[in-house]
Amino acid sequence: MKLIILDNYSQASEWAAKYIRNRIVQFGPGPGRFFTLGLPTGLPRDHPESYHSFMWNNFFKHIDISPENVHILDGNAPDLQAECDAFEEKIKAAGGIELFVGGIGPDGHIAFNEPGSSLVSRTRVKTLAMDTILANARFFDGDLSKVPTMALTVGVGTVMDAREVMILITGAHKAFALYKAIEDGVNHMWTVSAFQQHPNTVFVCDEDATLELKVKTVKYFKGLMLVHNKLVEPLYSMKEMGTERSQSKKPYSD
Amino acid sequence: MPSNKSVSDAPIVQFTNCRILRDHQLQREDLWVREGKILNPEKLFFDEKGSADVQLDCKDIIIAPGFIDVQINGGFGVDFSLATDDFKSGIDLVSQKILSHGVTSFCPTLVTSPSSVYHQVLPQISVRNGGAHGAGILGAHLEGPFISKEKKGAHPEHCLRTFEAGAFQDLLATYGCLDCVQIVTLAPEMRRSSEVIQELTKRGICVSLGHSVANLSQAEEAVQHGATFITHLFNAMLPFHHRDPGIVGLLTSDRIPAGRRVFYGMISDGIHTNPAALRIAHRAHPKGLVLVTDAMAGMGLAPGRHTLGQQVVEIDGLNTYIAGTKTLSGSVATMDTCVRHFQEATGCSVETALEAASLHPAQLLGIEHKKGTLNYDSDADFLMLNDSLYVQATYIAGEEVWRQDVSGM
Repeated sequence: MKLIILDNYSQASEWAAKYIRNRIVQFGPGPGRFFTLGLPTGLPRDHPESYHSFMWNNFFKHIDISPENVHILDGNAPDLQAECDAFEEKIKAAGGIELFVGGIGPDGHIAFNEPGSSLVSRTRVKTLAMDTILANARFFDGDLSKVPTMALTVGVGTVMDAREVMILITGAHKAFALYKAIEDGVNHMWTVSAFQQHPNTVFVCDEDATLELKVKTVKYFKGLMLVHNKLVEPLYSMKEMGTERSQSKKPYSD
Repeated sequence: MPSNKSVSDAPIVQFTNCRILRDHQLQREDLWVREGKILNPEKLFFDEKGSADVQLDCKDIIIAPGFIDVQINGGFGVDFSLATDDFKSGIDLVSQKILSHGVTSFCPTLVTSPSSVYHQVLPQISVRNGGAHGAGILGAHLEGPFISKEKKGAHPEHCLRTFEAGAFQDLLATYGCLDCVQIVTLAPEMRRSSEVIQELTKRGICVSLGHSVANLSQAEEAVQHGATFITHLFNAMLPFHHRDPGIVGLLTSDRIPAGRRVFYGMISDGIHTNPAALRIAHRAHPKGLVLVTDAMAGMGLAPGRHTLGQQVVEIDGLNTYIAGTKTLSGSVATMDTCVRHFQEATGCSVETALEAASLHPAQLLGIEHKKGTLNYDSDADFLMLNDSLYVQATYIAGEEVWRQDVSGM
């Protein structure tokens, strides 16, 4: 894995954004050649804080993405398991996930794969843990009874199939989960630990998130930042180069 | 980019790189318009899988809802209280010219006039949508003749009337037709005004208090019967007195029925009201302030003599008086000047100043679901303004109907 440690939340966000930008440019997407970006799913559609609104306001309205290229799990589908299965098919049809970007819960979960989720699970309906319900209560005016108790989620196995995985972890409250994810063993109680067995994982975090890590680990990866920062150096602009595909090699690989 | 809009094939325009007035704030958001209404881009994206057909870069301009003028007596030589042969073309001229002031909807106002004038003029005023031809007409504002003699201002005394004999029937007989009337200004201290106010309110006509010597309790009673507006606060009413604030006291009255709000018109041209008085009113009741021009025929014309109904008035700079007197009569202010002056005099935010000319008049008339805001599904009547609040372009139903002729835009 690559562990990227930045000073604070803004810097971590910016580094991650530049990395994703570079990966898209290097991939050279075009008609029929999709850069499939995977993101974890969330709340049901109806709610004003729904994942659709969240994604629209924070992502889609700022970029020029075609609506047909957006696939969000529909929590209101009549047959939820069929919806999940269809989602897995859509991923295959698009050529597989090129890059999956996710966060980590305080209980170490990736997407809604709560502690105890199988490390080879696929997209399915999950019952949410109390920790997750509490964490999401802020979107429902702090009223616990309003928070949905089930969610559709991509599985750990689904994410493991992605060609690259990026996990964003910021804040002291995530520090223990990060420790469990990278310094302890692979364990289904801390599902993010599954990515120790993925060939291409990047963990991007801020100082606070490293509070539970060994000093040795932190120093080691901070020492690599000079090389890691080459990954986010600006490449050419895709618009300027027209439809020419990128031929540049990746400057550094795991 | 391919798109299969499932609801409509009409072109979608996306105004980008702008600051829009929404939810009482200037937000950095794009404005989407389709078929003359403000469109919800999120629904378009997820439900219809649609996208914009045209994208316009607005170069960081401010986009605000179009101004609504609920008190304008004429302009550019046209007097709405004069029953001329070419009345219709007169109203068309004014509605077209005020687009450059940012007004997208207005209420042509008639001052106190003989009954014959109302019978001739009112049938020629029709509620209609705005467009390239001019601002939309929401309905007439009848200021008088049921007003107080002591506070007639520039209104002709011989035309004043009462309705103590037949109450509402008297009013109906005087005006003739109420179909296209949106607002009636009257003096609530007149006998049987309560019945009249109730009947007008029942018919959806907004009742405004003005040109009156009513005390506070008479004014409060009128509000309880349905009155919701005050015509040009401070002007043509008893001055504020600390033991009987009169109509002005409605701004902070505790006897307003629950869930209702009293609105008040202010002519913020710097002449009709001292800026200090404007500030007092604004601070006492900021959500009720409605900017009006009370403009008369001389607005937009050179200084000199013009008519206002049955009177002759004289313009001297921004002042207009009844010829030969010092009685103020209407104004030559334009709506955008009023907005700028209001903002400077009170030091309020740009959002507040803009809302006083758009959202508040829409709320007064109960039309804020389609006018006065940039909310989704509202009529796409909006303005592009620079940071100093000068109108650069006016749009009605999503179409550009006026643009400032300056290079560099």
